[in-house]
Amino acid sequence: MSQAEAITDTGEIESVSGPVVTATGLDAQMNDVVYVGDEGLMGEVIEIEGDVTTIQVYEETSGIGPGQPVDNTGEPLTVDLGPGMLDSIYDGVQRPLDVLEDEMGAFLDRGVDAPGIDLDTDWEFEPTVEAGDEVAAGDVVGTVDETVSIEHKVLVPPRSDGGEVVAVESGTFTVDDTVVELDTGEEIQMHQEWPVRRQRPTVDKQTPTEPLVSGQRILDGLFPIAKGGTAAIPGPFGSGKTVTQQSLAKFADADIVVYIGCGERGNEMTEVIEDFPELPDPQTGNPLMARTTLIANTSNMPVAARESCIYTGITIAEYYRDMGYDVALMADSTSRWAEAMREISSRLEEMPGEEGYPAYLAARLSEFYERAGYFENFNGTEGSISVIGAVSPPGGDFSEPVTQNTLRIVKTFWALDSDLAERRHFPAINWDESYSLYKDQLDPWFTDNVVDDWAEQRQWAVDILDEESELEEIVQLVGKDALPEDQQLTLEVARYIREAWLQQNALHDVDRYCPPEKTYAILSGIKTLHEESFEALDAGVPVEEITSIDAAPRLNRLGTTPDDEHEAEVAEIKQQITEQLRELY
Amino acid sequence: MKEYQTITEVSGPLVYVETDEPIGYDEIVEIETPNGDVKRGQVLESSDGFVAIQVFEGTEGVGKDASVRFLGETLKMPVTEDLLGRVLDGSGNPIDGGPDIVPDDRVDIVGEAINPHAREYPEEFIQTGVSGIDGMNTLVRGQKLPIFSGSGLPHSDLALQIARQASVPEEEAETDDDDEGSEFAVVFGAMGITAEEANEFMDDFERTGALERSVVFMNLADDPAVERTVTPRMALTTAEYLAFEKDYHVLVILTDMTNYCEALRQIGAAREEVPGRRGYPGYMYTDLAQLYERAGRIEGKEGSVTQIPILTMPGDDDTHPIPDLTGYITEGQIMMNRDLNSQGVTPPVNVLPSLSRLMDDGIGEGLTRADHGDVSDQLYAAYAEGEELRDLVNIVGREALSERDNRYLDFADRFEAEFIDQGFKTNRDIEETLDLGWELLSMFPKTELNRVDEDLIEDHYVEDVADEATAD
Repeated sequence: MSQAEAITDTGEIESVSGPVVTATGLDAQMNDVVYVGDEGLMGEVIEIEGDVTTIQVYEETSGIGPGQPVDNTGEPLTVDLGPGMLDSIYDGVQRPLDVLEDEMGAFLDRGVDAPGIDLDTDWEFEPTVEAGDEVAAGDVVGTVDETVSIEHKVLVPPRSDGGEVVAVESGTFTVDDTVVELDTGEEIQMHQEWPVRRQRPTVDKQTPTEPLVSGQRILDGLFPIAKGGTAAIPGPFGSGKTVTQQSLAKFADADIVVYIGCGERGNEMTEVIEDFPELPDPQTGNPLMARTTLIANTSNMPVAARESCIYTGITIAEYYRDMGYDVALMADSTSRWAEAMREISSRLEEMPGEEGYPAYLAARLSEFYERAGYFENFNGTEGSISVIGAVSPPGGDFSEPVTQNTLRIVKTFWALDSDLAERRHFPAINWDESYSLYKDQLDPWFTDNVVDDWAEQRQWAVDILDEESELEEIVQLVGKDALPEDQQLTLEVARYIREAWLQQNALHDVDRYCPPEKTYAILSGIKTLHEESFEALDAGVPVEEITSIDAAPRLNRLGTTPDDEHEAEVAEIKQQITEQLRELY
Repeated sequence: MKEYQTITEVSGPLVYVETDEPIGYDEIVEIETPNGDVKRGQVLESSDGFVAIQVFEGTEGVGKDASVRFLGETLKMPVTEDLLGRVLDGSGNPIDGGPDIVPDDRVDIVGEAINPHAREYPEEFIQTGVSGIDGMNTLVRGQKLPIFSGSGLPHSDLALQIARQASVPEEEAETDDDDEGSEFAVVFGAMGITAEEANEFMDDFERTGALERSVVFMNLADDPAVERTVTPRMALTTAEYLAFEKDYHVLVILTDMTNYCEALRQIGAAREEVPGRRGYPGYMYTDLAQLYERAGRIEGKEGSVTQIPILTMPGDDDTHPIPDLTGYITEGQIMMNRDLNSQGVTPPVNVLPSLSRLMDDGIGEGLTRADHGDVSDQLYAAYAEGEELRDLVNIVGREALSERDNRYLDFADRFEAEFIDQGFKTNRDIEETLDLGWELLSMFPKTELNRVDEDLIEDHYVEDVADEATAD
């Protein structure tokens, strides 16, 4: 959170009810940041009616009462942008949690403010412009090695008029030192600010054509998301939303990851804080934390800050996109965000829409997801923001407003299923209900970069799975043995697709990340089993004999086969399956 | 302190008072009725010249002539190590006839959120001695793992069994080396339970000597409903004090959260708030989170707070807002099952919908045993398959099923009879639980065990069981 410069006006508290405070005598505009009460609790103006200003407060309001002062900063909620955001953990209004811990111990006290980036750290600034160069808004004027993985680009602020560079510094500076000066008198620092509720400008939004490779077989293989795409993961509790989100944060081939824990569990965020510095990024081999920013507003932290954490996160994502990076943003969970809106709205006694949610729920959701995309930046680079939002529908019922309004916007839908989770089939993504609308525009990439018949083989798998779900209905009535032999065989093949391919163990050192080549190879092994089995059946071999060959169960172990051995292993299994089956006739 | 006799409205648990000085939000209030009764309450809404007060002990006898005192502070819990062994009412006053409590400190009961950066990730296995939990849904220190139950199911017995048997295996080995610091304590918060249930708990605590290391908060069914919103906060404040100031490992049992949520709904309705699902307030998620999130470990502190809240699902429906919101906050759930209960399986834990989110980091080599994760996965998969086949058997009969399917059916029966049904008195250590798991898994040929690492199969597979199964 950026620090306010000055107090523009002071009013007085009129009433307090939970996170909602009203003040009188305050000259303020919508979304101005104010400091409430003697302790100076941060809040934001959300309604103005006559002389009464309504404020949502980002901290606990116990003990605050009428008559106490309210100070207006005259500025909207703004984040600090600059080197030092990666490898950090923030609360919902971008206060660094490690700094807060130093200042007030293990429990979060009130009224403490801290800048989002450390203002005293020295950074090595390497200019990329020289005196006499013309620069415009968004142009890169220099670079800083922010972490081992990421080179931070210092940009001319988006609202700048640009101009000719008259002075350039090089060397070690803090973020507030001027590093470049323009002939207009404008001074450029590494530190910038941006109001969170406003999208950062770009030149153009383009159609994404490259996948965000997730390393998850069911996602890359069946329901891929594009770099710059949007996805929703709805599911009842216990179905693995958070594990899926975390797997994506760990293994997706994005340059930058912004992980928002919105109204979720404290221990989960701690797990991320402990794991990410240890785990290597599969692309660079550096610690994952070097490309990650965490925003943690756990369920017991103030509800108004839960409303703002989504905006804080996406603004940080946009800033890295402006540098030309591919950013992946995970929001876990957008339902908690919607509930925070509902809670504030009900305290304001607004007319409720569906299930008590405010009528502007759909608008807020679409505004947020529209900040994702594949963009052309002002400095000529291309960057993307992929947004993956978890949804926690009450009772696992997808017909509720948050899921439905999300589905109207996002183009990838990964439906989590409690039945699969109960059987410990993870990731518990239901292949019948899920979809990706990016498939067609991403297929050329897979064809060029992985293998020619990527799309054909996927279609084969989808057909088998479809056939299985139709047959399962019959099996439920008459039992498997009553089916014709060819259908029994199809069920057997489908079982391998489910168990050897769709299932993936997020906790296994090898299996947790599966490169697209391996995703393809495992499935091709099962396809060989399919083809050879049907050959054997046509030649008159009974189905029991076909299904009892001992090479087939080895397919189940392929997920845990190391990446550099899988090719040989798949080839060997294919060969054995072929041999063993052909021996039967 | 100023006294007011300006009550303008009394409505259910709420009292509205006119004031001429500013009153702080959440501040504590004393209301004295003309006959001398003193009731406590809390400011729910504070406007200029006007406050809404929620009265804990019920508004009986409160009229326009009652006098109202604002104490100028928020609700505090007097805490001290001497609370161990004491029985208190739902507002924290002793009811065991013992001496007055001399507090070391008075702590705000709302509690502050633990900074996620200061938390330590829970990964210390707690052995409860219950196979369905230890083997399949492992509890770890600092976790919040509720029991989802239904009316008439023996959730109290299970909670007591856990409180009695819970131990950390490593520590047993080096018991006396450990300084007194990391002792085990139980904080028990009862909300709206019947006197009979309360007696059951108290008898068990006294019989097993557990009372000495317990603090008991009792809000019974006939105590004021509004007090129930305070009881768990009192209990958790005490637990946090014992854990983070006095280095205890505290197990907090809260029963019954359903009564707590009913009290929330009652207050919401009295305040004429816009209701959320099924009439429960829209902020119930946040409110419950403020309780459940008070479990955990903190870096640099010895103690820990582990929570086992119990809730009865209305109509055994886990999509009801109370279990639903709870499940979204807690780190898993232990599900009690009515069918298993009527079959006489004790504890009637249905492992399929049960879950412990923190299990994976608390088990494995060096923590429990290297094969733990794989065994549990395989048991789950096999039991789920067997359970699914049961539906089919009802239609087509066993004969129509393949040998493989029949084996899964047998497994599901034996899993319930041998693994789950252990009784409330049996205390199985983790080795026993896992060995039993292997015995059951060995009903299958090795190739069926696709969730288990091949080396582990070699180490643990029980050969003769498989022979028997095929001989049948």
